[in-house]
Amino acid sequence: MRSFSYQRATDPDMAVQALGAAAASNNPLTKATAQPLAGGTTLIDLMKLDVMRPAAIVDINPLAHAWSAIEPGGDALRLGALAKMSDVAAHAEIQRSYPVIADSLKLAASAQLRNMATLGGNVMQRTRCNYFRDVSYENCNKRNPGSGCAAMDGVNRMHAVLGTSDQCIATYPGDFAQALIALDATVEITGKAGTRSMPFAQLHKAPGSTPDIETALQPGELISGFSIRGRWPRSVYLKARDRQSYEFALSSAAIALDVQDGTIRDARVALGGVATVPWRAREAEALLREQKFDEALAQRVADAAFADARGRRHNSFKIALGKRVVARALQQAVTMEI
Amino acid sequence: MSDKSSSRPSGFDRRAFMAGAAGSVLVPMTARAAAQDASAPVAQDPSLPVEVTLRVNGKEKHLHLDARTTVLDALREHLKLTGSKKGCDHGQCGACTVLIDDRRVVSCLTLALAAEGQEITTIEGLATDDRLHPMQQAFIDNDAFQCGYCTPGQIMSAVACVKEGHAGNEADIREYMSGNICRCAAYPNIVAAVKQAAPEIMKG
Ligand SMILES: Cc1cc2nc3c(=O)[nH]c(=O)nc-3n(C[C@H](O)[C@H](O)[C@H](O)COP(=O)(O)OP(=O)(O)OC[C@H]3O[C@@H](n4cnc5c(N)ncnc54)[C@H](O)[C@@H]3O)c2cc1C
Ligand code: SF4
Ligand code: FES
Ligand code: FES
Repeated sequence: MRSFSYQRATDPDMAVQALGAAAASNNPLTKATAQPLAGGTTLIDLMKLDVMRPAAIVDINPLAHAWSAIEPGGDALRLGALAKMSDVAAHAEIQRSYPVIADSLKLAASAQLRNMATLGGNVMQRTRCNYFRDVSYENCNKRNPGSGCAAMDGVNRMHAVLGTSDQCIATYPGDFAQALIALDATVEITGKAGTRSMPFAQLHKAPGSTPDIETALQPGELISGFSIRGRWPRSVYLKARDRQSYEFALSSAAIALDVQDGTIRDARVALGGVATVPWRAREAEALLREQKFDEALAQRVADAAFADARGRRHNSFKIALGKRVVARALQQAVTMEI
Repeated sequence: MSDKSSSRPSGFDRRAFMAGAAGSVLVPMTARAAAQDASAPVAQDPSLPVEVTLRVNGKEKHLHLDARTTVLDALREHLKLTGSKKGCDHGQCGACTVLIDDRRVVSCLTLALAAEGQEITTIEGLATDDRLHPMQQAFIDNDAFQCGYCTPGQIMSAVACVKEGHAGNEADIREYMSGNICRCAAYPNIVAAVKQAAPEIMKG
């Protein structure tokens, strides 16, 4: 690991100032010379691998007293960016009113990692593409813009089939982000000019021709929280993976439904493990609205969700698998007791 | 808080992080080479050791560490507490599991500096006098290891698993112990050990 200076930020202004001052303005966030430290489960890992090389680390954990709220209100939910994955997953009201959130967190990583990792860090985690994580490969457009992509014709079994570009096919690996995007979450961002909010769906950037730019965050900006309107008791997170536990998704689905008298009034479908960014399948959702559920409908929805999918040498199986995951998750959401 | 009112031990002082950030009040944790004019921009020297106080198994330990040192390396290399093991060093195996403020974490991804002020419990801190912790005894009773390399991490993780209320049945034990990999695949016996120790630990 390269050496760095370590500082603790005890209030948000300090953190923002330290991060902004150290980060060269022309660098994308992923290359900024100062990085915030939350749980460290992505950052320290990638620093050991020499993939991330910050000269300064700003420990934002002391902000937890202000930024770790878990506040399910009557008809809205607020989650602080420094809330721990394990605490949110174990919260009774989250399990009751937002099972898709609780399960997306519970089925991620391990108990130890969930005790460390924060919600803000979670949505900012980096791809698990093996070529990205191994700096002995020169050609990775995400790490070295313009160098090519070793995964394109390499071992790409874990890679994305949706939202790819000819520059990068790396999968967005997280689970929780699918729940957020399905529930139309808002992300709250704290920076020099104060606090701004934007739809969570606008946070992540598809790779396009600039795979090194992963989010809309600028150096010096921090995620301070997330909010969600409404309650979603009829929601599920289904995750298919190589192992039964402690593994990233090969394919996952976050589903939220509002069903009244057997008719689907509102439907949300998001996909994980198969796309370059947290993925909302809006065309698929549209097929569900004002319909009564049956297996044929589930199949049409699943087909629509993967209509634009493009497989490569080793990952085409994800299209068939992903469709089955969507169909089964829909079935579970329709039949669950609430 | 002011930049100049240093209350740190000598060799440390409170200063703005970089030029242009003079108004920011960070708590600097990095030592500097020599005293300089407090108003001048300071290029910190991260190559110098930092003074850290860790609380390990109830005792305060004063250390001079490179800022890069993880809790795992602080324990093993600096405090000679080699019970916690380094399997992968990347958060993937659980061999380095310790409790920090009673929560299980992987010490290989925790910076020692970030753990300052918190209570670290390692496998060496579980037994009382000459009596093994019920989970240690249960691992012996159930032959829950072969080579033993994963065992300290398994035991620390298992103690927390029980206290979290995640050891009620075998399925839960398997799910909530999945962060601890056993190369020797002693899993059935590990599950049996956790089941045996759980009631005793919950009794307190
Ligand atoms: C072995 C292993 C298995 C895993 N399995 C899964 C899995 O199955 N599913 C899953 O979803 N995840 C998985 N993860 C990833 C894990 O969930 C993330 O590493 C974790 O959530 C990151 O949170 P953190 O608080 O530790 O972030 P950090 O490592 O502290 O930060 C991550 C990045 O975000 C930045 N950052 C942190 N907080 C903020 C903030 N508030 N605002 C802006 N930027 C910020 C940091 O600078 C850093 O660049 C796994 C990780 C490991 C090591
Ligand atoms: S898929 Fe993206 S991250 Fe992986 S090697 Fe190609 S450019 Fe790099
Ligand atoms: S050594 Fe820490 S998890 Fe493997
Ligand atoms: S006993 Fe050998 S690794 Fe678990």
